[in-house]
Amino acid sequence: MDFPPSFILPFTIGLLFISVFLVIITGIWISGLPRIDKSRIIKSIFTRKSLQAIRETFMEALLHRKIFRKNPVLGYMHMSLAFGWFLLIVVGHIDAVNHYQTFSVPAYKAIFMRYFVTEPATTLSGKMLAASMDLLLLFVLSGVMLAYFKRLNSRMFGMKKTTKLKMGDRIALSALWLIFPLRFLAEGVSAGIHHNGSIISQPTGQLLASALPVQSIEMPLWWAYSGALGMFFLALPVSRYMHIPVEVVMIFLRKYGIKVQKRVSGYSRIQVYSCSRCGICLDSCQMTHADIKDTQSVYVLKHIRNKNLTDEKLFNCLLCGRCQPDCPVGLELNNLRMTQRIESTKEYNSSYEYLKNGPVVVSPQTEVIYFAGCMTHLTPAIIKSMKEIFAVAGVKYWFMDEDKTACCGRPLMQVGQYEAAKKLIEHNREKIMASGAKKLVVSCPICYKVFNEDYALPGISVQHHSEYLLELMADKRLPINKLPLRVVYHDPCELGRGSGIYHQPRLLLDEYAEVIPIKNEKEAAFCCGGSLANIKIQMDERNQIRDKAMDEYLSYQPDVLATACPLCKKTFAKSRDLPVHDIAEIVCMAIRQKKDASSDKIKSKKELKMELWG
Amino acid sequence: MKNFGYSIIKQRTIDYDQFDGRLLNEILEMESSFKVCLSCGGCTATCSAGDLVSFNVRRMNLLLRRGETMELESEIKKCMLCGKCMLVCPRGINLRNVIMLIKKSILKYKLSG
Ligand code: SF4
Ligand code: SF4
Ligand code: SF4
Ligand code: SF4
Repeated sequence: MDFPPSFILPFTIGLLFISVFLVIITGIWISGLPRIDKSRIIKSIFTRKSLQAIRETFMEALLHRKIFRKNPVLGYMHMSLAFGWFLLIVVGHIDAVNHYQTFSVPAYKAIFMRYFVTEPATTLSGKMLAASMDLLLLFVLSGVMLAYFKRLNSRMFGMKKTTKLKMGDRIALSALWLIFPLRFLAEGVSAGIHHNGSIISQPTGQLLASALPVQSIEMPLWWAYSGALGMFFLALPVSRYMHIPVEVVMIFLRKYGIKVQKRVSGYSRIQVYSCSRCGICLDSCQMTHADIKDTQSVYVLKHIRNKNLTDEKLFNCLLCGRCQPDCPVGLELNNLRMTQRIESTKEYNSSYEYLKNGPVVVSPQTEVIYFAGCMTHLTPAIIKSMKEIFAVAGVKYWFMDEDKTACCGRPLMQVGQYEAAKKLIEHNREKIMASGAKKLVVSCPICYKVFNEDYALPGISVQHHSEYLLELMADKRLPINKLPLRVVYHDPCELGRGSGIYHQPRLLLDEYAEVIPIKNEKEAAFCCGGSLANIKIQMDERNQIRDKAMDEYLSYQPDVLATACPLCKKTFAKSRDLPVHDIAEIVCMAIRQKKDASSDKIKSKKELKMELWG
Repeated sequence: MKNFGYSIIKQRTIDYDQFDGRLLNEILEMESSFKVCLSCGGCTATCSAGDLVSFNVRRMNLLLRRGETMELESEIKKCMLCGKCMLVCPRGINLRNVIMLIKKSILKYKLSG
């Protein structure tokens, strides 16, 4: 048996190392999953879900369809590198199998095939395969060229900033950049020596042979190519490119129904490693409007990986979720940040013993509970409107937090104080359950989210007032009156992206005014800047974020800015550029106006506008 | 004995030689907006926790500056982090961060003795 040439060593060692490493690390992560998730894997592995995961791997990890949609140039770069490399491996193996006429071709014989094959391809299939390999290499090289270019000039890619590199990334990146040009040269030189090659390697070979001492540089070039491959594999675990194999694992687990939970787990680690640091999440983050540029999701994930995340960065995020739908890998960015917040503050949760010692409140028996929320108490006009609407519709209700009630617990949760929040939740839950209510109507989306997701309230439907008022209207319990006002509706983060409620407020508003569609709405809606989830941001920075959003709203020249959150209302109202009202206030105003109309005191549009400012 | 509503006041002397400024300095450095508090009491007036239990959030500043860490620790736990204080504060002070920082720092200095 003849020994393979020594230059295959770096490649072989690298490949062995990375294969063993990936098997071990995946094993560790999967064994770190909660038991329920493990049983999910076992239950789903031999079902259609695995096929769907393969399909998704193909579409996202190879073709990068989502990046394409967001940014075609960037998408092409990722696709040519990932899919092109994948095809080079697959077609290369087919080529080798075809040439050696056996299925048991060792990897190195396929990867370095042009070194071993000294005669030109004679069969048609051989010629076709050789030509495709040449074209594929060209395809990958075009991606590498774009990547060089992107490093030099990231603006062309429409991104504000590319992320900085550390040592492992540098090594892996240099190796990756060298692999394909070296392969191109090595194949060209070999083709020049043996007078073979295909559509591209043949002319390249002739050119190189006419200018260079090809005999003496052949071996060094193949060594360099193999070395670059080996280096890439060795540096992979400490570089961002770890996302390439890990993303595949993540796609499978996600298809099996595994999600990021409140605690750090094997799956949350897998998600952290799946970030490709493409930087797309930077583009949608409004904190850049306040010049906060180093706390976004991509950086937080990087710091989690490097174990150097500070509270200053962790808590400097609005948790608005705006970056999440844009992430091409589909990472649960908010939940990942939350796991870290819970971890970081777990040692100083309050216990609120005083809630137990306080006066016993006996919940009155009722069908409907109204919970305004702390924030709504700072915007009394919303409470006033709700009271009026309840009266018009003839609803009997218990105003649970009319005075003195514990907070809903969501603001605690947003800053990671999960155990503390549970105490408030239990306290409020008992009161709610004792009332025998069927419905809990909430005015604040922050409360709404926690009542909906973290309170166990069997038999009680939790509704934001936008849903509730829509229901009352559909039941013809509210008079309808369309005001001649142009309205821009601002989606509150916790209600829109946070709870998926986009349509109800719009359907409701449509009956009482004219809603103008705008560019950044629904899933792409702005955050008002007031979010309680960010405890590091300063007031002037909040104002900058708000003003930028307000600028866009003003460009539609609406008569009023409507929202469905007391905190958004308070935040925007401070800018004094536009009257800001909650949808409940607008509904109430329309109903009042209708009452007036029946007594012949109909208001002109001008009077209405004056009233909006009032 | 007849109760006239008077009582003997506890010894309230503060020995500034004993004053441990680590906590105060750290908080002021990490959240400098706290330096401009004018003790208006707006935060206390609106406080959700203050509705339910005797808790005066404005006093946290005083306790911090006097180095009364023991009392600070037992008081600060009462805050529910609802955020109302931040919205009414005329100086835009980021009180929720101050509270979280105090909670964390107290624990830190306790651990390190
Ligand atoms: S979090 Fe998502 S969008 Fe942001 S850099 Fe990572 S992969 Fe890209
Ligand atoms: S959640 Fe919002 S504030 Fe936080 S990083 Fe994403 S876009 Fe920026
Ligand atoms: S409202 Fe602001 S300025 Fe007034 S006492 Fe409270 S923190 Fe200080
Ligand atoms: S955040 Fe704390 S201190 Fe401020 S109002 Fe709410 S309970 Fe009171």
